[in-house]
Amino acid sequence: MAVFNLKNFIELSFNSLSYAALLFLLASGLSIIFGVMRIVNLAHAAFFLLGGYMALTVYRVIGTAFWTLPVAMVVGGGVVALLSMFIERYFLRRLGQDTVAQVLVTVGFAFILFDSNIIIWTGDNYMLHRPWPLDDSTVIGGISFPRYRAFMILAAVLVWAILYFAIERTRAGAIVRATVDDPQMARGIGINTNIVQMSIYGLGVFLSAMGGVVGGSFLGVSPGIDFQVLPYAFAVVIIGGLGSLTGAVVGSIVVGFMDNFGTALFPELSYFALFAPMAIILAVKPTGLFGRG
Amino acid sequence: MSRLSSELKQVFWVIAAFGALGAVTPFFDDYTQTIITRALVFAIMAMSLDILMGYTGLRSMGHGVYFAFGAYSTAILVTKVKGVGLLTLFGAGLGLSFLVAAFLGFLAIRAVGVYFLMITLSFSMVVWGLAYRWHTVTGGDNGIAGILPPPLFGISLQNPVAFFYFTLGVFLICLGLLYLLVKSPFGKTLVGIREGEARMKMLGYNTWLHKYLAFVISGTFAGISGVLWAMLNRFIAPTDVELVTSVEALLMVALGGPATLVGPAIGAAIVMFLRYWVSTFIERWYLILGATYIITILYAREGILGKVEGLLAWRKAGREAGAAIPRVQKQPEEIRT
Repeated sequence: MAVFNLKNFIELSFNSLSYAALLFLLASGLSIIFGVMRIVNLAHAAFFLLGGYMALTVYRVIGTAFWTLPVAMVVGGGVVALLSMFIERYFLRRLGQDTVAQVLVTVGFAFILFDSNIIIWTGDNYMLHRPWPLDDSTVIGGISFPRYRAFMILAAVLVWAILYFAIERTRAGAIVRATVDDPQMARGIGINTNIVQMSIYGLGVFLSAMGGVVGGSFLGVSPGIDFQVLPYAFAVVIIGGLGSLTGAVVGSIVVGFMDNFGTALFPELSYFALFAPMAIILAVKPTGLFGRG
Repeated sequence: MSRLSSELKQVFWVIAAFGALGAVTPFFDDYTQTIITRALVFAIMAMSLDILMGYTGLRSMGHGVYFAFGAYSTAILVTKVKGVGLLTLFGAGLGLSFLVAAFLGFLAIRAVGVYFLMITLSFSMVVWGLAYRWHTVTGGDNGIAGILPPPLFGISLQNPVAFFYFTLGVFLICLGLLYLLVKSPFGKTLVGIREGEARMKMLGYNTWLHKYLAFVISGTFAGISGVLWAMLNRFIAPTDVELVTSVEALLMVALGGPATLVGPAIGAAIVMFLRYWVSTFIERWYLILGATYIITILYAREGILGKVEGLLAWRKAGREAGAAIPRVQKQPEEIRT
């Protein structure tokens, strides 16, 4: 077991926090989709990886200057979101509230995306470019902080702030909240809940794919990353609470820290320590810590 | 035709079909034999899930858990204990999956609908996490190799044909037991709970206990398929027990037809042939598998057996309508008046 001193602890905490930030980008969309549509979206991580591949293409076309990172985030997220809205409109909407049908169709799309990625981008492992000035570390008091990790934290905070404002303070947010609380009544007062659901699916996938663009310079872009990160996304959403934005923040931080510290302290049982509390929380409070019934 | 004799007829056809399977399989090449045996192993898994999903209406994404306990207990016993017998392996695998299901049932049964799905999904992830990271016990990512099946009454099961017959035997025993279960009053009660739990409660049934027992029985039978799987492949790794395994079991039930028992077995055969046979021809066979998931749900929600039954009912209706026509022709006077 590693000997812990303050330096180790600070480094590990910083790593945990930046990992939590990436998990928030990945899982906040999953949580929002579940909250509004009650869909268990098993294709979520596939969209995350597809975002990474989109960024790869964007970088090949327009190069890798500093300004191409936000462009890749918007373009990658946007294209994948459009694809997901097509899937929602023509496949998921037809299934109604049949949870098993949703699970199987989203898994089906995850498999199709898995192989399509290999056909389009080959099965090679890519590590996306980290543009200047994010390619280096800043050393403070003898501890080096990779700037890209700091950027991930910043991006997550920004996304959280925008989402929070949009959901709590805008008319569109009010419509979404109304659809969550009582879809039937929302339809009754003239809200087109079909369009709300399609937009929310698109938004959730946009966040995930954008997370994939950011994560592509961190986890890399290669087949199989999707099925690797999917359990983490569910851990975040379940621990935090299904459909709650605050829950996604708390869940990301809990999972980010537990994974990093668990792997350092007791590597063999780290996944158990991560997933077992998830099962316990669900057994005690099925909607998760911050979820509403 | 009375209900009993039509049921006997169904049983006869199922026995005839598996008799035929047993007769022709030795003539196939080794690879095809292995696929058939794999299909039988997963058929046990799919049928056991059908008890929960088809008959009781509890959609579980954690069926890979019992499969994992069956498979890993077999792997560890065979590789660590010298001269371990089949009886011990099945005893350990069944006992362990029974205990695990008995424990998880307490946690899960309270949850309904999508929350049941989520909690069983989290069970899947806990067990996968253990298989993947707990190196000292499970071998981690490398898995456990060299799981040679012990002999049965002095007959070596290391021969693929012998193992096929052994698996077929275990499969038929499971099918028989599960058939008796769903035809019993207990099985009828499960269907009643699926159709209207509140009503069954009103009638005085302890629905929690029935669902719990279905959960435990279903999990225990899934353990059997894990034991067989480990011995068949002689190798077990975390990729065998990941979330996709549980989802695949769901697909098998949905594809074959829920609440038909034989349907999920057919579904298992189709998925296994896609996985191991089509993949030898088409490199990008995940595209085909993905499309199978989507097409099953969009066009065959009631499963293949459901489709066939629908077709038969349609034919029967046609035959009855057809039988009515000559009667009309025989009495032309009546029509004229």
